[in-house]
Amino acid sequence: MNKNLTWKTIFIVAVMLVFLFGIFGIPKSLSKAGLTAAVRERISLGLDLRGGTHLILQVMVNDAIKADSDNAVDRLKSELRTANITYAEITQPDPNTHPEMISVKGVPPESSADLRRIVQERLPEYDLASGAENSWTVSMKSSVLEDLKQRSVTQAIETIRNRIDQLGVSEPVIEEHGLGAYQILVQLPGVDDPARVKEIMQSTAMLQIRQALDGPFSSEQDALQKSGGVLPPDSVLMKGRYQGGPGSGDRADVWYLLSRSSAVTGRDLRGAEPTRDENNRPAIRFMLTSDGGRRFGSFTGSHVGDRLAIVLDNKVQEVATIQEQINDEGRITGAFTDQQAKDLAMILRSGALPAGIRYLEERTVGPSLGADSIRHGVLAAVIGLIAVIVFMLIYYRGAGINADLALVLNLIILLGFLGFTGATLTLPGIAGVILTVGMGVDSNVLIFERIREELRHGKTPTSAVSQGFAHAWVTIVDTHVTTIVSAAILFIFGTGAVRGFAVTLAFGLLANLFTAVFVSRVIFDAHLNRHRAGEPLSI
Amino acid sequence: MEFFRNSNIDFLGKKWYFLAFSLIFSVAGLFSLFFWHGLPLGVDFRGGTLVYVKFTQRPDENHVRSLLAKAGLTQAKLQRIGQPEMNELLISLDIQETSEQALDAGKNTIIQALEGTSPDPNKKDLNNASSQSVFDALLTADPVRAGTDANQRYQAIAQQIVDLRDKEHGGVFSSFDQLKVLDPNVVQVLQSSFYLSNFGVRNVEIVGPQVGKQLQIQAYKAIGLSLLGMLVYLWFRFELIYGVAAVVAVFHDTLITVGAFSMLNKEISLTVIAAILTLTGYSMNDTIVVFDRIRENVKLMRRESLAQIVNISINQTLSRTILTSGLTFLTVLSLFLFGGEVLHGFSFALVIGILIGTYSSIFIAAPMLVAYQGWRANKKGLAAQAVSLPAARSKEKARAR
Repeated sequence: MNKNLTWKTIFIVAVMLVFLFGIFGIPKSLSKAGLTAAVRERISLGLDLRGGTHLILQVMVNDAIKADSDNAVDRLKSELRTANITYAEITQPDPNTHPEMISVKGVPPESSADLRRIVQERLPEYDLASGAENSWTVSMKSSVLEDLKQRSVTQAIETIRNRIDQLGVSEPVIEEHGLGAYQILVQLPGVDDPARVKEIMQSTAMLQIRQALDGPFSSEQDALQKSGGVLPPDSVLMKGRYQGGPGSGDRADVWYLLSRSSAVTGRDLRGAEPTRDENNRPAIRFMLTSDGGRRFGSFTGSHVGDRLAIVLDNKVQEVATIQEQINDEGRITGAFTDQQAKDLAMILRSGALPAGIRYLEERTVGPSLGADSIRHGVLAAVIGLIAVIVFMLIYYRGAGINADLALVLNLIILLGFLGFTGATLTLPGIAGVILTVGMGVDSNVLIFERIREELRHGKTPTSAVSQGFAHAWVTIVDTHVTTIVSAAILFIFGTGAVRGFAVTLAFGLLANLFTAVFVSRVIFDAHLNRHRAGEPLSI
Repeated sequence: MEFFRNSNIDFLGKKWYFLAFSLIFSVAGLFSLFFWHGLPLGVDFRGGTLVYVKFTQRPDENHVRSLLAKAGLTQAKLQRIGQPEMNELLISLDIQETSEQALDAGKNTIIQALEGTSPDPNKKDLNNASSQSVFDALLTADPVRAGTDANQRYQAIAQQIVDLRDKEHGGVFSSFDQLKVLDPNVVQVLQSSFYLSNFGVRNVEIVGPQVGKQLQIQAYKAIGLSLLGMLVYLWFRFELIYGVAAVVAVFHDTLITVGAFSMLNKEISLTVIAAILTLTGYSMNDTIVVFDRIRENVKLMRRESLAQIVNISINQTLSRTILTSGLTFLTVLSLFLFGGEVLHGFSFALVIGILIGTYSSIFIAAPMLVAYQGWRANKKGLAAQAVSLPAARSKEKARAR
């Protein structure tokens, strides 16, 4: 063997060892069970093979915008009041489709310069445009709008991740899905009960603690009448649940008059955990951050004797009288079950969603189906592989061994690649492996047929081999490039399992370029080196 | 061993027969697409609910249909899948029944309809219980007096029960006897808080209409773009007419494959689209092998007509074409026969696609080159002679240098 060939052989063996390591790592034992476990650890299986839940969520980004522009409406009103500018009304004319637009009507013409100045100075993220008859449109700048939408998606992903982490799901995938569509992909391996997970994810869980000014009222009208038809300034009316005394089965809705601003919100929470109240009913204990605790302490200190409302998702859960200054801890009681208290504490801990979410897609693969799919896929792969190997041996005799070696190495590289990159093997991915087997031998067949042709034309084995490779090479590149083009497009446009297929197919083809062209050639050369002149080539 | 040694078949001479063959299949496919079954898009693209159910005994479809109708799901479609002894049914609902607000309403209704009324209102269905609800039941009853590490122990036992159901018994218990491997106290708790329905859900797919539409657009884009990409590549490597001929052939394959899905009313899912894209790549491979040989022979055989060159080239590559297609067909056939239900549509598309893709590269793409040359020669009033391949040749030269 010449030196060049020796180096090539060493290179090929090294590649093989590297990719074998990719598949198996360093197995603890060489028994069948040990190897299987090693492979399981290295090659991550898609949801369709291991079972689990796959969800696609739509973040309702308009919710976040609405919250922001609600705030802007309030700010604008108070700024105008401070500057003594009169106005007829400030509304959001189209809150559902364009929550970023605020309409200001009836500002006298002589105040328009002041209005412009106020918007520029106090609401820098908004633009002012004038409309007909003293009406104006204040709308969020498009860059700010886009940023806010994107931020709500990122924040929603973060919140959902916190909640899923606390559920103890191993290896969840939570990521943005589709460019600019404000969608989130959630994959939860092994989760067989999507309903509970969905409930936990969807909950917005906005905690606020506000001062209760008055109530409870049995209807909104009652509340309004009490204060003479209009709400007192800086107050809001909120629905709550009547917490009747012991024995009263009364669960009618009631209303409370609350302060407009919150003493503390969910952002000030340091922790929350399920607990029980003095009557041994499920409750949630919450702890405040030091900053939140300081504010809560000074608030409760100056309001001893006043009442406090705990509001969860804009619904009053409980109203209690402040007995003494509270610094850093509180308790929420309500009509919870144990499970609800547990889930709610978890949701509070993980923070509030910036916007509501809606489900677009749900797929749950039972683990039994996943196991079936693996069995079928592997069976099909083994049968296909054996059929091809046997056929090549019969049809090309000696050279068939060469093709089979190249094929096996191709498979090792492909699987090792999956192990190294952590790319996920899906059921269509297994199909991609099987197809690679079929297409992989194509290059060998092209080369071998060409060599046979050259031999028929009376060439010596050595020159037939080199001519065969030279001619077939052009065709092999052309065929591979076109297939890689379609695999790349599949990858760009595909999702989930289809992407898995595209990755396997593309990498299988690359591996094939190496094995069918380079490795095969080295094997031929090695064989020809020991080959005696005049002896026919076994092909 | 060798097949097709020195074959000399006049492929081009029979082109009218093959053209007729292709036309018949294309027209039949188009007819089915426009006037008969239409484009049988699966849940992935249409939006809707798909529930894959395994029963303990062979399901009586009429009975299942009446149960669903009772729950108001008169439009549910039932389809028997897999081997008959697997007792499996696919129940599908169109999106009309599942609005985006309650995406899983359809699934829940199906499961409730099949469960019927529980024999005891306090019992849950063990065949469709999650490990969480098994855990809850065990934790409440505390059958093994687990003490302080109860959470962990019952979680493990619940997982063991669910695994037993899903991995050993294919997703459904047919009797409580199958639980005998467990602690008898645990089995007793299970018997007192669960009952066994006659089915288990193996797989659920729910796709909202918005996603369906989005995926549909993506699929069209992917197919269109990959054809365009290949056209450009072939234009660059050969000549425009070669690219056009290859793309027409691939388009022909796609049409016939999609037509076959339509005629057989088989659903086109995301994985079927992946298969169709794969076969466009595959069919293109076959075509390129023939084209490469034509290009080579055009340089070698200056005296022959293009028609003869094409014929010779096809014959020279015939052995390779049949072998490769045969081997790939073998592997895909093994996928079709042994790949199981989930890959059925995918492997079916590949089986048809490989046959038709091999056929089209010989009988559609190559004759188009000759037809184009004839047309051009006619137009210019020149005698037919081999297409000189200026672009390709200059590139060859460039490469030789």
